[in-house]
Amino acid sequence: MYEKDGEKYFVVDSHMHYWNAAPDNWVPGAEQYAKGWIECFHAYQGLGPPQTHWSIEHFQKYSEDDLMTDVFENGYVDVAVFQPTYLKEWYKEGFNTTERNALMGERHPGMFRYNTRWDPRDGDEGLRVLKENVERFGSRGCKLYTAEWNNGSRGWKLTDPGAYRYLEACQGLGIKNIHVHKGPTIWPLDKDAFDVSDVDHAATDFPELNFIVEHVGLPRIEDFCFMATQEPNVYAGLSVVIGGLMYARPRFFAKVMGELLFWVGEDKMTFGSDYAIWEPRWQIEGFVDWNYPESEEFADYPGVSTATKKKILGLNAARLYEIDVPAECQLDAGQGTPAAQDDAQLVSGA
Amino acid sequence: MTNPVTAPSRLLAALEAVRDPELDEPITSLGFVASCTISADGDAQVRLRLPTYFCAPNFAFLMVADAYDAVSATPGVRSTEVVLEDHFASDAINGGVAARAGFARSFDGEAVGELHELRADFLRKAVLAGTDQVCRPLVAAGTDPSALAGLTLGQAPPSAALTRLRQRRAELGLPAGDDAPLLIDQETGAPLPGESVPMHLRRAHTTRISIEANTGICRGMLRHRYGTSGLGEEDT
Repeated sequence: MYEKDGEKYFVVDSHMHYWNAAPDNWVPGAEQYAKGWIECFHAYQGLGPPQTHWSIEHFQKYSEDDLMTDVFENGYVDVAVFQPTYLKEWYKEGFNTTERNALMGERHPGMFRYNTRWDPRDGDEGLRVLKENVERFGSRGCKLYTAEWNNGSRGWKLTDPGAYRYLEACQGLGIKNIHVHKGPTIWPLDKDAFDVSDVDHAATDFPELNFIVEHVGLPRIEDFCFMATQEPNVYAGLSVVIGGLMYARPRFFAKVMGELLFWVGEDKMTFGSDYAIWEPRWQIEGFVDWNYPESEEFADYPGVSTATKKKILGLNAARLYEIDVPAECQLDAGQGTPAAQDDAQLVSGA
Repeated sequence: MTNPVTAPSRLLAALEAVRDPELDEPITSLGFVASCTISADGDAQVRLRLPTYFCAPNFAFLMVADAYDAVSATPGVRSTEVVLEDHFASDAINGGVAARAGFARSFDGEAVGELHELRADFLRKAVLAGTDQVCRPLVAAGTDPSALAGLTLGQAPPSAALTRLRQRRAELGLPAGDDAPLLIDQETGAPLPGESVPMHLRRAHTTRISIEANTGICRGMLRHRYGTSGLGEEDT
């Protein structure tokens, strides 16, 4: 919990990682990709305040103690949601798998949620593993990388028939939240891998699932906004938005937030630190202090209140993950309903 | 071997016409040109660099290919070499461009199509963003947004943003002459009916913010990666 000026903010970090990207985990023959990947992540950290930068060695492999200190002790986070990233073509044991996250998290009861993942190209065997992971780890969410390599295939879409089988399975297994990585990525080479139209169709066809678009489709925020405004069950995952822009490019940060608040709305935006790319502490402190700069440029954006920040930092994600929020951190009457779906028609008919 | 002359202005001028198709800015001002030389005999060498090892290879290929074309077409250039540095697909891109192989052949088995449609998609985004750049100052100065639908390009006050918008529209084959409407559908080129103007302008603004924010991230990553300015780099 974060407390400032008498206000108490319940914090759910809905997008973070516990990875091993050190040389001992690199796949022989794919070392340049494994090395290039983590160096690319490390460059993103360079967009945060200098005093929060890590050495590349520390960044490649941090300890359980580091994570607990950075995220919970110093970072104000109440509950953190692990989002796995496998990348087994480059990392022997995967970059950060459901198992790795859960084995660590089990030593800290109640502090984590373990999301799992699936890939429609894994067919029946993948469905079996998904079911097993849900039973073992209690996963209520999945992280999907539609641009991931898989046996020579360069990517897939949520609208592929194979993906619909998995989405149906998710509904049957009690999974509620589908986090889709739509952000900086590499493959497929000849397509625009940031295309969000597949989320649009899937969200319509699976109204019981929530679709959280991570990194808000950066660098195609506009495509995400125009889609999300028409779908009541589509949410904006703010990882990279706060970490990558708030410190490095504050005016663009204010504009992007203004656009998201206009098109998507404060009930449907969720904070994610993207730890260990960025530590949560400076992001939370900065965001609670944040408002638009004094300028005509920002005059027509929706206002930002304490309730806005409480929803974005934790209450929206707490609703999506059915996490109990202490009474002292809940909103007062009249401050709206976190994660409400009914404001989505704001600009429908556009 | 003859001594190269560093960064001749005519080569740099040619490279200024090469844009990052996604960010719609010259590769020079973005800082992507690490070096550029030409020998006394006219052998030109350009080295390009990008913000990350994993920048999208499709856009990278377009920039390397466009740089190759721009430099080759410069008077006095006898041979051209363009090298993309420090990128996971450097070899495939550099070799493919040098061999004039096209994108699909350069990435045999990994890509099935060329990149014309991708480029056109991003030009349409540039047209939308440019519409905001032209219209926002007009609205701020008191023009009623609904009146914008009645204006032609020739009636809009001259500005660098207007020139740029007209160039982008012309590249797409959209109406760009003095008599063409200021506001058009960026897909079809059809004039916009007055009632759809407010939403069109809203979308245009969002598109511009998205491109500008993305450019900001790319600039920050490039600076973190290299710590030196590229030839012709300008920060905004």
